[in-house]
Amino acid sequence: MGDARAPRRPLGLRLWLSGGWLTLLVLAAILAPWISPQDPLAQDLFAGRLPPFWQAGAEPGYWLGTDSLGRDVLTRITYGAQVALVVALVAGTATCLVGATLGLIAGYYRGWVDLVVSRLIEIWMAFPPVLFAILLIAVLGPGLWSIVIAIVVIDWTRFARVVRAEAMSQSAMDYVASAQVAGRGRMGIMLAEILPNVMATIVTMLTLEMGIAVIIEAILSFVNLSISTDFPTWGGMISEGRLSVHQAWWVLVFPLIALFLTVLSFSQLGEGLKDRFDPVLR
Amino acid sequence: MSNLLYQVRDLHLSFADMAHKPLIGAAPRLQVLKGLNFDIPQGSIVGIVGGSGSGKSTLGRALVRLLEPDSGSIHFDGRDITHLSEDELRPTRRRFQMIFQDPMSSLNPRRRVGGIIAGPMRLHGLDRISARVDDALDHVGLPRDFRSRYPHELSGGQRQRVGIARAIALEPEFILADEIVSGLDVSSQAQVLNLLEDLVRDLGLTLAFISHDLSVIRRLCSRIIVMQHGRIVENAATPELFEAPLAEYTRELIAAIPLPDPDQVWF
Repeated sequence: MGDARAPRRPLGLRLWLSGGWLTLLVLAAILAPWISPQDPLAQDLFAGRLPPFWQAGAEPGYWLGTDSLGRDVLTRITYGAQVALVVALVAGTATCLVGATLGLIAGYYRGWVDLVVSRLIEIWMAFPPVLFAILLIAVLGPGLWSIVIAIVVIDWTRFARVVRAEAMSQSAMDYVASAQVAGRGRMGIMLAEILPNVMATIVTMLTLEMGIAVIIEAILSFVNLSISTDFPTWGGMISEGRLSVHQAWWVLVFPLIALFLTVLSFSQLGEGLKDRFDPVLR
Repeated sequence: MSNLLYQVRDLHLSFADMAHKPLIGAAPRLQVLKGLNFDIPQGSIVGIVGGSGSGKSTLGRALVRLLEPDSGSIHFDGRDITHLSEDELRPTRRRFQMIFQDPMSSLNPRRRVGGIIAGPMRLHGLDRISARVDDALDHVGLPRDFRSRYPHELSGGQRQRVGIARAIALEPEFILADEIVSGLDVSSQAQVLNLLEDLVRDLGLTLAFISHDLSVIRRLCSRIIVMQHGRIVENAATPELFEAPLAEYTRELIAAIPLPDPDQVWF
């Protein structure tokens, strides 16, 4: 029961680690053209399958080794981070906006809007998501925008379902009735009373969705349905590394680690932020 | 006419009974209010009493038009508000306010107390809002620096005072108090009731006080409406109701009031 303006809790280890990795990744992605040791596309068949720096036979300048075509793994991971992060931010945010808006309206206004949105969600959930995405890309053609659209189209229900349920339970609270008695309109109640109370959920899901977007992009590039094949992506690297895993494990393992840490960081960031959004916990 | 703030005639209200909805087709209607007739005179304190499911809270929510009746009419200060739309109702909303049963649920957990009290005033375009928030807090006996607190930092009684402050801040003519002390401990109950009594007297309010507890109502109200199964079974001035209750149900309610036993010794 301290004063509301008491000093905030210190940032947890969770936020430090996840925030740290994501910051590092963002910097690496932005500065990739200047800090990367090599050209991401330059092939050098004489430098093929060089091991990472601590193993015998490593070449200086190729810190994490090279793939079978002699392309530098570290360089390709930093360039791959560009794709991963742009997809995470753009697709994650767009999915959140579409899903949360529909869920909020359905959960608060109920009636026919809710009927339509709920049926749509049920129909959507019957589709296997990855196959759905592959089908969409096949129709739209590969490219960054296709990936973003595919992620929004297959994943908006994740937000809509949860936000709808939250909005419904918040609508039943007396502070909503109280705002109505005070003369606030329906739209005003939805935006000024209910939205702030579902915001913590939305933010948590948004960061989760960014992680999921990274995974979906990796899956799509794994099956060669991402942006054009000559730009490095983590999924594409994993797919290529898989073929030579017995001769050059590093081509597979390093992008996998980058992918794993990124997705984990996004979800942990969400968990950490959720606490800060809650006035009771703050 | 003008001295009757509320005139309610043949009021019917029903809900969709989703528990008995057939697979195809509309849900049957569950009649909650079955033809109510009563008046609330200006400046009076009317108690509405009844058991669970008697329709007293539904009636209250119809009075402040949180619910729209099926048929019949509600006149507020001579104006028919029975079927007014939310937009038509908005200018009038300021004149009748409500205090809710559960002060945790009725205060938005993400707003500070100051914002909770100021919100309705901003909606109605009042001036000097900050000074009015201070006034409202003074009226309900809360320190002014409570405006920067969140609801979860307050006790139940303090939260209910915030609810009262929010209602009186709009300077309404009528306040509906729906079971406002049933969630509080006995000493907070007494304080909140005293506060309400003082406010009604000082501000010249008309009050409808909903409760299941006749002893609370007896203390506060000049007139009592007894409800059972969606009907008014008795509507009388408080002294008459206690001296000569007409309805069997009223007698049962009165008999249920615990009496202090003079023979009982605790120590």
